Amino acid sequence: MRKIYYRDAVLEALDEEMARDPMVMMIGEDVGVGDGTWRCSKGLMKKYGDLRMKDSPISESGIVGMGIGMALTGMRPIVEIMFSDFMLVAMDQIVNQMAKVCYMSGGQKNVPMVIRTTIGAGRAAAAQHSQNLNAVIAHFPGSKIVIPSDAYTAKGLLKSAIREDNPVIVVEHRKHYSVEFDMPDDADENLLIPIGKAAVVHEGTDITVVANSYQVGQCVKVAEHLEKKGVSVEVIDIRTLVPLDKETIVKSVKKTGRLLIVDEGYTSFGVAAEICACIQDDVFYDLDAPIRRLCAPDVPIPFSPALEKFICPTENTILKAIQGLL
Amino acid sequence: MGKSITKAQAKEMYRTMWKIRRFEQEVFEFYKKGQMAGLAHLYIGEEAVAAGACAAIGPQDYIGSNHRGHGHLVARGADMGRMMAEILGKEDGYSKGKGGSMHIMAMDLGILGANGIVGGEIPIATGAGYSAKYRGTDQVTLCFFGDGASNEGTFHESINMAAAWDLPVIYIIENNLYGITVDTRRVTKEHDLAKRAVGYGIPGYTIDGNDVEVVYETVKKAVEDARAGKGPSIIECKTYRHHGHNGSDPCVYRTKEEVEEWKKRDPLLVLEQKGILSAKDIEKIKAEVEPEIKAACKFAEDSPYPEPEELMEDIFA
Repeated sequence: MRKIYYRDAVLEALDEEMARDPMVMMIGEDVGVGDGTWRCSKGLMKKYGDLRMKDSPISESGIVGMGIGMALTGMRPIVEIMFSDFMLVAMDQIVNQMAKVCYMSGGQKNVPMVIRTTIGAGRAAAAQHSQNLNAVIAHFPGSKIVIPSDAYTAKGLLKSAIREDNPVIVVEHRKHYSVEFDMPDDADENLLIPIGKAAVVHEGTDITVVANSYQVGQCVKVAEHLEKKGVSVEVIDIRTLVPLDKETIVKSVKKTGRLLIVDEGYTSFGVAAEICACIQDDVFYDLDAPIRRLCAPDVPIPFSPALEKFICPTENTILKAIQGLL
Repeated sequence: MGKSITKAQAKEMYRTMWKIRRFEQEVFEFYKKGQMAGLAHLYIGEEAVAAGACAAIGPQDYIGSNHRGHGHLVARGADMGRMMAEILGKEDGYSKGKGGSMHIMAMDLGILGANGIVGGEIPIATGAGYSAKYRGTDQVTLCFFGDGASNEGTFHESINMAAAWDLPVIYIIENNLYGITVDTRRVTKEHDLAKRAVGYGIPGYTIDGNDVEVVYETVKKAVEDARAGKGPSIIECKTYRHHGHNGSDPCVYRTKEEVEEWKKRDPLLVLEQKGILSAKDIEKIKAEVEPEIKAACKFAEDSPYPEPEELMEDIFA
């Protein structure tokens, strides 16, 4: 076991994949000379050159579209969109183009490209730099979405995404970049975490909590706390939003009879709503309580830390939500 | 310009233009008979742009196309039977009927795809240009779009990057004067759209898009520059669509006189009037094209519709 910062785990994945496959390149705002806004591409421009680590103008539609063109002609580009809020500027290229090429061409051509982007409220960046838009992107068929929850999954999922033959959006959490995590010794250049597979990260029997990204760590802490009080919480890290590993969630809920879904996206029409709806048929008669969700309130995210602290689920609100279901 | 093609080249260009004309006439017939679902955006009147431009590139090169894209694909040598089958929503279409008239892709011919979103193909074609430079090939990309797309943000974002990085992409604006019903001259101050090239620091050419020879020569020069590493160009081809925006457009926004004036400059007529080809040459070409068109239509009509099982296939590779 070694210690590694999340941002360095991302850097390892990028470096290893670029070294392995000369067709892998990265383009985005500040990825080159500036070493990446989140310092995830530190030193890569020096190592791989300007053409492979391309600093772009502030042209989100342009660079996503460029990525599609590269992917159609033999390359495996990684396009970085600094904040997921900025994906909205490039929505046509992301959902009308990238996600639809394979289907609209009758399977003639697939689009092996990655969009790396970030989420994470709680940094006083206000309503246009704090959103979690996973549900928006997930709504459109044709893209896969992976959401790492620590350094290990950040590395393993990104490497799998780069090798995937379909478009994958990798959503990193900004609160994670400067956090040091344990990294297993076998998480070397061969580490590939399968896309489409969730993980039970804390076993339990009384209630299932399904979470993703930064919320996984918080939910595990709450589970550990409750364990001491005799409450057994099972925490599932979904890891991949599309395609969703329904099976792992259903299996757990059948065992526990209770489900809380924790997500940092807006409450309405969101990720939690979808998880709740898609498992109903399978778990309805196993439920001992209604399925609940704990998400961001339906409000533009405020700037003032005095207000923003109410946006994301916290250990305290997670604890209360679990207790409310027992 | 306009004096340098050989008789053999003139024959080929005429053949391409006539193929496009006949193909589009048959598309319109299918549309009127109700055999074609959706929208028919016909290329009739603009044939010289596709024919001249595609004659100036090689088999290794790429093209990006748009909603009015049948002409580009025919000029690039796409299989007209598979094209027509796609347009009719049939199983043997290029995309098994899943893309339709506005979205035909033929990657085996470097056709990156036509696109239903105005301006949607511009960054994609630019990415193919980046890819050629990255992989160290001498491939160029022709990116076709209309005056309408030239006012989309993707136009600016893409050409700015292509210029900054000397990408081998030729941006061909087919200025047919109207974005659906809106006269381009009512929504832009500068009517010669290629002048925008100055702002990007690249060459820009405004040319007669109905003269196939002029189109060919201009694109050829831009292709040579692109292959030599000199970067992109903008070529604005002034042209005109004889039909409305699509099959059901009553054309209330333009006068009959204007349409008649432009028909006098029909691209087929313009080439005929150069006197390079004899009446016999033209007759022979038309006679040779006709069976190809008939065969394409028959192939499309005979092709079955896709099975319901096809619905959920091809979302992912």
